[in-house]
Amino acid sequence: MEKTWNNKAWFMVLPVLVLVAFSAVIPLMTVVNYSVQDTFGNNEFFWAGTDWFIQVLQSDRFWDALTRNLIFSGIILAIEIPLGILIALNMPKKGLGVPVCLVLMSLPLLIPWNVVGTIWQVFGRVDIGLLGYTLDAIGVPYNYVNNVFDAWVTLIVMDIWHWTSLVVLLCYAGLVSIPDAYYQAAKIDGASRWAVFRYIQLPKMKRVLLIAFLLRFMDSFMIYTEPFVVTGGGPGNATTFLSIDLVKTAIGQFDLGPAAALSLIYFLIILLLSWIFYTVMTNSDAQS
Amino acid sequence: MTTATQTSGRSLSWLVPTIYIIFLLLPIYWLVNMSFKTNTEITGAFSLYPHSPTLRNYAVIFTDPSWYKGYINSIIYVVMNTVISVSVALPAAYAFSRYRFLGDKHLFFWLLTNRMAPPAVFALPFFQLYSAFGLIDTHIAVALAHCLFNVPLAVWILEGFMSGVPKEIDETAYIDGYSFPRFFLRIYIPLIASGIGVAAFFNFMFSWVELLIARTLTTTDAKPIAAIMTRTVSASGMDWGVLAAAGVLTIIPGAIVIYFVRNYIAKGFALGRV
Repeated sequence: MEKTWNNKAWFMVLPVLVLVAFSAVIPLMTVVNYSVQDTFGNNEFFWAGTDWFIQVLQSDRFWDALTRNLIFSGIILAIEIPLGILIALNMPKKGLGVPVCLVLMSLPLLIPWNVVGTIWQVFGRVDIGLLGYTLDAIGVPYNYVNNVFDAWVTLIVMDIWHWTSLVVLLCYAGLVSIPDAYYQAAKIDGASRWAVFRYIQLPKMKRVLLIAFLLRFMDSFMIYTEPFVVTGGGPGNATTFLSIDLVKTAIGQFDLGPAAALSLIYFLIILLLSWIFYTVMTNSDAQS
Repeated sequence: MTTATQTSGRSLSWLVPTIYIIFLLLPIYWLVNMSFKTNTEITGAFSLYPHSPTLRNYAVIFTDPSWYKGYINSIIYVVMNTVISVSVALPAAYAFSRYRFLGDKHLFFWLLTNRMAPPAVFALPFFQLYSAFGLIDTHIAVALAHCLFNVPLAVWILEGFMSGVPKEIDETAYIDGYSFPRFFLRIYIPLIASGIGVAAFFNFMFSWVELLIARTLTTTDAKPIAAIMTRTVSASGMDWGVLAAAGVLTIIPGAIVIYFVRNYIAKGFALGRV
């Protein structure tokens, strides 16, 4: 759409600007403030320069948490994206099945995150949970509290349970936008199922898949509540992701300097990801 | 050969979504199942359905103020946040969808970064900011704090919907002698009513599911249900039944409206970009 140049539009944006500045810029400046200062209490601060940043970047704790985050995001993307495509391809296109699928599949997306954690915490327990009890009954040793591998499996299955539907719904939205004429043409040409997927469905899903990929990557990169409820970051530090580590440092230990430096580094990574998201969005908007 | 695989593939294709939906519903069923059991039945004999169904767990929640006030608190700040977010986002989204102005793209991008910001980064500074204003443990504090990600979300979703409305409608209305406020309220808002509904729904949802910031900013008077749920441990051990019932009740708001927004869920999560 052709837009007219009008700087008075600023007045319409002003309320948003003021509100978001209040809830984003002021807190962020506090973080910047703490990240370059040190204190011995009594609200007396002195300049610490880049000390905290160096301390954070040189600590194993930061790199370990970051590595865990990246491994977690990598695993869930590798599972959720193909699984989401597979389910979307097999979803009914018309009839009663459509609303039934949409409603039931959306359900996990709308559950509060700590309740998602609670559901899986209970579900996986060997004494009272269906999953834990069943595994125990058929002789599979399973304990997400003590066993690192089991804790990771639980978190990954939980995330698949929680978020695969998002990938499914996005892919489905891409698929239903394909006109029937495309499929008819493919049928006349005698195209195989694979060719239909590769040359008709996949190109049409490119945009939604990009959105799904970026959203899942960013949200899994910030994951806090679900692992906090299920494992609390344990056993040991095995599931301590960046968010959990940050909250531990800031609110648990009240180490403001390192926590602020960590926050800023974390925020810069997110900023970079948002920029990629934005560029992808505006580019594909321009194409369509 | 090809047709054979295609037909067999099609006839079995219902299987994949069905298995997936069963996988989704099992943990939820387990929670509902537990919420109708007594604690002795939960920890005692393992059973796939409640043998002696009880409403005691729900009765506890609806009669104990420390429980049901959590729901009231959550609903108060969520509704406040939704109203604030949507009403400030409406004019802004209109500006973004219709006009070009100095710094518009930077501003639009900056809003996105706030939607993507990790709540963990903001928990501590929020606590200090709202302490300075004496707003800790008030509903408005949580409502304002959630604007951090909900206002950008509303702007992006509404902008997506508004860009679908042809500009000729605006121009025709102006020629017909409508003033801007009258045009906006009488003609434009009804046109994008579904977009407003979707934006409001997603603001409601994201404020409802967020726990970290809500928990940090409240102590007793405005504590959300999600935070109250985390302390169901009593002298006699864990009260699993009440925990399950409380969990089921947090799912209900989403489950009630889900049917009406089913076609917009992907759009809302994708910030109006599908």
